[in-house]
Amino acid sequence: MPALRAFIHRLRGLFGHRPADAEITAELDCHLQLHIDDNLRAGMPPEEARRQALLHLGGMEQTRQALRERSTLPWAETLASDLRFAFRQLRKSPGFTTVVILTLALGIGVNTALFSIVNTVLLHPIALPHPAELVAVDASKPNFEHGSISYPNFRDWQRDNRSFAGLAIFRHSGFVLTGSGESERLHGDYVSSDIFSVLGIRPILGRLFAPGEDEIGRAPLLVISQGLWERKFGSDPHILGHAITLDGRAFTIIGVIPASFDLRIGPFRAEDVYVPIGQWQTPALKLRAAGLGIHGVARLKPGVTLTQARDDMNAVSDHLAAVYPEDDHGLRAAVTPLRDALVGNVQPILLVLLAAVGFVLLIACVNVANLLLARSNARAQEFAVRLALGASRRRIVRQLLTESIVLALAGGALGLALAAWGTGAALKLVPAALPGASHIHLSPLVLAFTFFLSFAVGIVFGLFPAWRVASHHPQSTLREGGRGIHGSRHRAQDSLVIFEMAAALVLLAGAGLMIRSLVALSRTDPGFQPKGILTFSLAVPNSPAISTDDGTRAYIREVDRQIRSVPGVRAVSLTWAALPLTGNDDELLFWFANEPKPASLNDMHWALRYIVEPDYLNVFQIPLRRGRFLTDADLATSPYSVVVDEDFAHQFFPNRDPIGQTINLTDPEEKATIVGVVGHVLQWGLDNDASDPLHAETYLSLVQISKYGVASPAGLNSDIVIRADHPDTVFPDIQAALRRMNAQQVAYGPETMDEFIADSLAARRFSMFLLGAFAALALLLASVGLYGVISWLVGQRTQEMAIRMALGASRSHVLRWVLRRGAALAAIGIATGTVAALLVTRAMAGISIAKSSIIYGVRPWDPVTILGVIALLMFVALLASYLPARRAASVDPMQALRSE
Amino acid sequence: MPDKSDVWQGTLALMVLKTLETMGPQHGYGIARRIEQTSGNRLALNYGTLYPALLKLEQEGAIASAWGTSDNNRKAKFYRLTRAGRKHLEREARSWEEAASIVARFLSPAEEA
Repeated sequence: MPALRAFIHRLRGLFGHRPADAEITAELDCHLQLHIDDNLRAGMPPEEARRQALLHLGGMEQTRQALRERSTLPWAETLASDLRFAFRQLRKSPGFTTVVILTLALGIGVNTALFSIVNTVLLHPIALPHPAELVAVDASKPNFEHGSISYPNFRDWQRDNRSFAGLAIFRHSGFVLTGSGESERLHGDYVSSDIFSVLGIRPILGRLFAPGEDEIGRAPLLVISQGLWERKFGSDPHILGHAITLDGRAFTIIGVIPASFDLRIGPFRAEDVYVPIGQWQTPALKLRAAGLGIHGVARLKPGVTLTQARDDMNAVSDHLAAVYPEDDHGLRAAVTPLRDALVGNVQPILLVLLAAVGFVLLIACVNVANLLLARSNARAQEFAVRLALGASRRRIVRQLLTESIVLALAGGALGLALAAWGTGAALKLVPAALPGASHIHLSPLVLAFTFFLSFAVGIVFGLFPAWRVASHHPQSTLREGGRGIHGSRHRAQDSLVIFEMAAALVLLAGAGLMIRSLVALSRTDPGFQPKGILTFSLAVPNSPAISTDDGTRAYIREVDRQIRSVPGVRAVSLTWAALPLTGNDDELLFWFANEPKPASLNDMHWALRYIVEPDYLNVFQIPLRRGRFLTDADLATSPYSVVVDEDFAHQFFPNRDPIGQTINLTDPEEKATIVGVVGHVLQWGLDNDASDPLHAETYLSLVQISKYGVASPAGLNSDIVIRADHPDTVFPDIQAALRRMNAQQVAYGPETMDEFIADSLAARRFSMFLLGAFAALALLLASVGLYGVISWLVGQRTQEMAIRMALGASRSHVLRWVLRRGAALAAIGIATGTVAALLVTRAMAGISIAKSSIIYGVRPWDPVTILGVIALLMFVALLASYLPARRAASVDPMQALRSE
Repeated sequence: MPDKSDVWQGTLALMVLKTLETMGPQHGYGIARRIEQTSGNRLALNYGTLYPALLKLEQEGAIASAWGTSDNNRKAKFYRLTRAGRKHLEREARSWEEAASIVARFLSPAEEA
């Protein structure tokens, strides 16, 4: 405490609140007089009395100095004067200051921007309490590492596990809201009771589901989001207990979930409504083997490790596999940290980008160090004089460091502004690319990061030139007339530029390969013609008209007819899970007629199952290889037909004609005959279809098995695909036609296939865009660096060149000489950089986005990219040296010589 | 250099506070004189050590100062102990005595044996 008081006093002293000099003098005088008085009293003669007193008391001036130092903070005074001096110096050369601050702002700005992304996405991806305890729980089965959990298995897992404080499931879905204004499609999730307590979410109004309320056959309850509460119910505080109609059934609202909850786990997303899983009207909910797209999330009990939880869940699932071999054979619980489930896909590429911005910052620092070096060289005389006059080296280094830190902090401040703007711009460009993108902001952690980064940068780039100045002998500098510290400085500057060129080349090569990968991907044939396809969904609440199979079929025919009557529509098909590249999938489990029925579902053959109408082939324009596609002749009453793709044919009938073969379906338990073979479509994405184990595709007729897909007790729910002349504008007409047909049904979510494909490449485009921008920045900075070095060189050698010209050298000779010098530096940089780039790109090939390498369809040493990048860098280097070279060549020799 | 002077400064502060406690308000010269006398003239104080120490104590709030008139009618700055200073003195004196007694035990171990 006393020390703090003293510090405050001294701090005040810094700003003038201190004892006046006159007061100090008066006190010391008084002391002296009192001493003399005593001496006189002791009988000394006046002269002697004064002399003795002075001797005894020591130096008056030193005391005064000691008091002065004690009454303020000397280091702060030095700092203040250094700062003042630094500002004065920087103001004196505004050009230099601007270039340095801008360079640093770019370098620090990109680092801040990327760090704020990394901070949110990788370091704090889950905005929930104790996120480290949360795990994603899925069912791992032969074809699916993270497959869906069946409801009966969930109940048993929930009961038997010893590791989880809570285990909850969710299933994304949609509901048609009627009776509250115009019919509207709501996004929602079927959830188990404890989903919110597992995640740590409290309602802002009402309550959460109680245990047991999520079981099949309980009263229909509903929790709504704050967003829906505000939008649809005007934040009515008395909304609890009211019922709203979803898919034709009344649900009672019991609680409101805060808007701050906006988690997305796989298909789960915080949206409009949450309905207990037991309310899901699909009969398959009760089937242990069903794959209904249900996934889980759990919170580990305190102290339970991931390994313990996995062992525990393995034991639980092994037990179930023994009890229910037919359904659960080969099935196990997969427990993954929620963080990995959320960001595992983007982590490697973000780290690559982080390394890239590190490089950019390094280049910026090198540039600034080079500029400072040139500047300190110009000021060499000033420092030499100061050293000669007795300034300590420490003092001069300290002052230079103050200058560079001031520059770095100014650059950092500007960089922060750039980052704030740039992050927003980059995220807007590709919104779908990153999980939790809406949370990204400049948090205090980011601010601290930027501050320390700027500070460190200031010391790093400032120390180097400062050290060089201080280590040089003042005498030799003075003797050289301040022309500088020649030979060694050249080498330092040259190697810095060579480093910059090499680093820029590495970044350019990386960016080039990513661009080439994206081009390769956009040229990939998905197996169908995406141009012209529009997809949307249709939800029809239950009504007597569709309560029978015949009624449903008639209704579907009418929907087809209505859509087909819209001008510009060429082909229409209702579908179930037949949207390749969109993340929709459904599976067919079967065995062949000549095989015994396998004991367990997981021992059967698996294939993708597309349920479509005959016109689907015309919408997607998939090539028909053999036989026929489904036709209108495949009636509900006729034997089942199935069309397979080439991969299916190749996998199961490598040397035989599949047409005419019979397969046994499980769901429904029917026999189906293969009637045709079509081309393979890329189900899992342009880049990672090949890496997925499930490849074989089958097409079944919607009319024949409608109740196993689109029709459920909740009503009709179908994705519709159409081929139209103007897929991006036709939707309102379709919507109007469907509303005319039935005001209760809702068509929603129009998206063209081209948009889907673009979205599926969003993460790739995002990283390519960023890496490209960083590489461009690196190129710019490196060429500015080269330009600076060559300009400086020309400035230093003006006289030498003037003499040469005076002696008869031609201007083109001078021009060539300067260009050669720039080219030589660039060439060494390029050679070094090429070697480094080959190593780096090879490492990059091992890094993946989602499941496939970020370098796709092109070799890591792709000669086109590498040579292109080399040519680009050489061109820019020559341009950067050409400008100073022309200046050198246009010098008037007489004038240059006279100015000495 | 700082080590030695810090120790010295610490003990000097203790001496100043004790002097002010026994003598009441006193000017700088009086404090110096008193310390020298008490030490049997084995300590000699000059400005360079005394006045910065006084300023430090004042900044810490242990003493306060005011201008007044000395016995022989000279205008002088008088220092007095504050309440915080008194507490500070008690604490310091106690810890000093303790330290001294510990060191004393080390230097004359025979008595304990």
